[in-house]
Amino acid sequence: MAHAHSVKRHKGLMDWLTTVDHKKIAILYLLAGGLFFAIGGIEAILIRLQLIKPMNDFVSAQTFNELITMHGTTMIFLGVMPVIFALMNAVIPLQIGARDVAFPFLNSLGFWTFLFGGLLLNLSWIMGGAPDAGWTSYTPLSTNTYSTSHGVDFYTVGLQIAGLGTLIGGINFLATIITMRAPGMSFMRMPMFTWTSFITSAMILFAFPAITVGLVLLSFDRILGANFFEVANGGNPVLWQHIFWIFGHPEVYILILPAFGVISEVIPTFSRKRLFGYSSMVFATILIAFLGFMVWAHHMFTTGLGPVANALFSIATMLIAVPTGIKIFNWLFTMWGGQIRFTSPNLFAIGFIPTFVMGGVTGVMLASAPADFQFHDTYFVVAHFHYVIVGGLVSGLLAGLHYWWPKMFGRMLNETLGKISFWFFIIGFHLTFFVQHFLGLMGMQRRVFTYLPNQNFDTLNLVSTIGAILMGIGILVFLINAFATWAKPKGVANDPWEDGRTLEWTIASPPAEYNFKQIPLVRGIDAFWKEKMAGNKEMTPAEPLGPIHMPSPTILPFVMSVGIFIAGLGFMFSKEQFSNSFMSMIFNNWIVVIIGLVITFGSMLLRSLYDDHGWHIEVEELEEEGVKA
Amino acid sequence: MSATHTEGALPHEPEKATLEGRNKVLGFWLFLGGEAVLFGTLFATFLALRNQTNEGPTASELFQLPMTAITTLILLVSSLTSVFAVQAMHRHKVGALRGWLAITVLLGLAFLCLEIYEFAEYVHAEKFGMTTSAFSSAFYTLVGFHGAHVAFGVVWISILIGQLFKKGLTVVTAPKIYVSAIYWHFIDVVWVFIFTVVYLLGKVG
Repeated sequence: MAHAHSVKRHKGLMDWLTTVDHKKIAILYLLAGGLFFAIGGIEAILIRLQLIKPMNDFVSAQTFNELITMHGTTMIFLGVMPVIFALMNAVIPLQIGARDVAFPFLNSLGFWTFLFGGLLLNLSWIMGGAPDAGWTSYTPLSTNTYSTSHGVDFYTVGLQIAGLGTLIGGINFLATIITMRAPGMSFMRMPMFTWTSFITSAMILFAFPAITVGLVLLSFDRILGANFFEVANGGNPVLWQHIFWIFGHPEVYILILPAFGVISEVIPTFSRKRLFGYSSMVFATILIAFLGFMVWAHHMFTTGLGPVANALFSIATMLIAVPTGIKIFNWLFTMWGGQIRFTSPNLFAIGFIPTFVMGGVTGVMLASAPADFQFHDTYFVVAHFHYVIVGGLVSGLLAGLHYWWPKMFGRMLNETLGKISFWFFIIGFHLTFFVQHFLGLMGMQRRVFTYLPNQNFDTLNLVSTIGAILMGIGILVFLINAFATWAKPKGVANDPWEDGRTLEWTIASPPAEYNFKQIPLVRGIDAFWKEKMAGNKEMTPAEPLGPIHMPSPTILPFVMSVGIFIAGLGFMFSKEQFSNSFMSMIFNNWIVVIIGLVITFGSMLLRSLYDDHGWHIEVEELEEEGVKA
Repeated sequence: MSATHTEGALPHEPEKATLEGRNKVLGFWLFLGGEAVLFGTLFATFLALRNQTNEGPTASELFQLPMTAITTLILLVSSLTSVFAVQAMHRHKVGALRGWLAITVLLGLAFLCLEIYEFAEYVHAEKFGMTTSAFSSAFYTLVGFHGAHVAFGVVWISILIGQLFKKGLTVVTAPKIYVSAIYWHFIDVVWVFIFTVVYLLGKVG
């Protein structure tokens, strides 16, 4: 017999600050990711405006360095990661037939630490200069000798805090997928998006601690005077490169795998066919993740590791083309003979395939160590990674957002606007980055703020900038679409695309707080499609109707993240010379750090001391809502 | 969902009685996977820099194996006592459980005291600080991270002892104790590696 606990229900802002509901956290991730994506996008447009013509002085060299650093860092850590997490939060519990994630409290904590880390990093713009050592922050450029502002401190501390949030999210999804699957949903019946998110979470778990250590070492060098990267005192700058890329290379697969998952959901739905080669898809994903950890030194071919190391890493890198190729062919064979509908999500998914293949081909070219000596640090590399990250990942995310938007918000996005935004985006994208391959081959160096005229760079750079603006228009149309949709009433059907195959389409859009009134019984891959083929309108429940236990909302994750934020700021400025004696007293004596840590650990203590009994939704309430629906 | 158990009706393994408990244990194992990478990276850094002494003290000049052997022994025994604590929990003997946890905490404190003494000795007597050399930075960061983990564990287990007094052994407190014991073993394993890689290798390698 379940016992009811009274629970305080919050409204308005407090509801969003205290929520532990994965569907609301998904929206928070989307908003935060959208904000940072906009900042990173503006930075990209500014970079392209500076490069629109030779010898331009639109921004200074210093500002340009800050722009490229913050563009890369913001987009990777704060722009696309949270949008991935938004989709994972919105979709995974629904796809596996669960009422929530394994750790709702940690889910909230992960979001808030990520957000405050991102805010701290972006505060640098108004607090004495943004980081300017490139998104890779190579030593010794990023050590005190060559980087005297606090820019790199914002980078090390901000990314550590944001990375903590990502790590928490990764652990949460691993546990959720392992333990919370509905009866009958074996691992080999999981939807592909859940599979790729599972593998991505595992990669997050094993990659992020490495960058955390790297950032700790760099901040110790900069703030505590340690010597990890100080050659004069025995340090080794190449160590930073190894640590950074041991994280950094898995990171690019962390980013792309969820996009693979989205494509593997969208294409079967709009081809009205089961995904071709499901098990080969699963094993290709695992293989990519495994190889992803084995290839970090291909970013360091020109560092001088020697021919043996270069050859091994070269071959390992080329191997990744095999599982990736398997995926590409599986998508093509899924579409082959299908009844393809060119809806806006499917357009983005179909646009993804050739674009990503092009990024893959240049990837194999770059994997060849001798050729890489030519390509290294040119726009060829810039073109390559934008093909996989923008043409690949961002296309995938836009496909996923258009596809799951009705499930997240209960409203369909406008199809016409969706298609307009797709065509602007894809044409703008190829205009921007296709020409950069040739700029790179002709010798244009990346990270340099301007170039001389009459080197055949002028026209191609102009084309590239025009493309960037078109791409920006595409994103703006998407935003207009989102806001215009907001004005419309909610109330799309459970299965608005009509050909939904997986469990999220069996419940209301947006789903009730508890997702599933009764946990469904899964009888095969594409559980909902299987029931449809058997002539059933809905899933067979796996349990009788009963009271549903829910976790209580809590403000503690928010407070804990504020504490970490304060401690981070305090650590950064602990060696600063302040003119104000009060400021130097609280910062130079570590008082700010201690206050921040007390807030964080105090909240942890409260969480441990006071058990969260949660609360129950009673059967009568569930039946009432059933009548209303 | 989680059935509520009253005391006396606890199952043999109370830490795995509820879905929340099982999730907590699994999630914690995953977290330790991440911790392993964290320490792995710190070990790699240390191995890369351990001979870069910048004309400061070297490993063989600094380390005193007898003292490190004692700290190792203390920490290994504390791992054993935390096993006894979990065994007492499985027999539902709350008194014995609290006792073994308290001994574990005391041993952890003893370890910390010796480590702080060791660090103070290096800094003051040997002029071996964080900024001395790349070797010193790597040493203090690796061993210091471990020490901070021990300190966190000591505070954490002390709080759990307090909760056992207040709440008793329940399906809510049991997973916490179980998980803290896994944590304690983990930092013990890390120490075994530190003893080998930092101290033994420093003396003879």
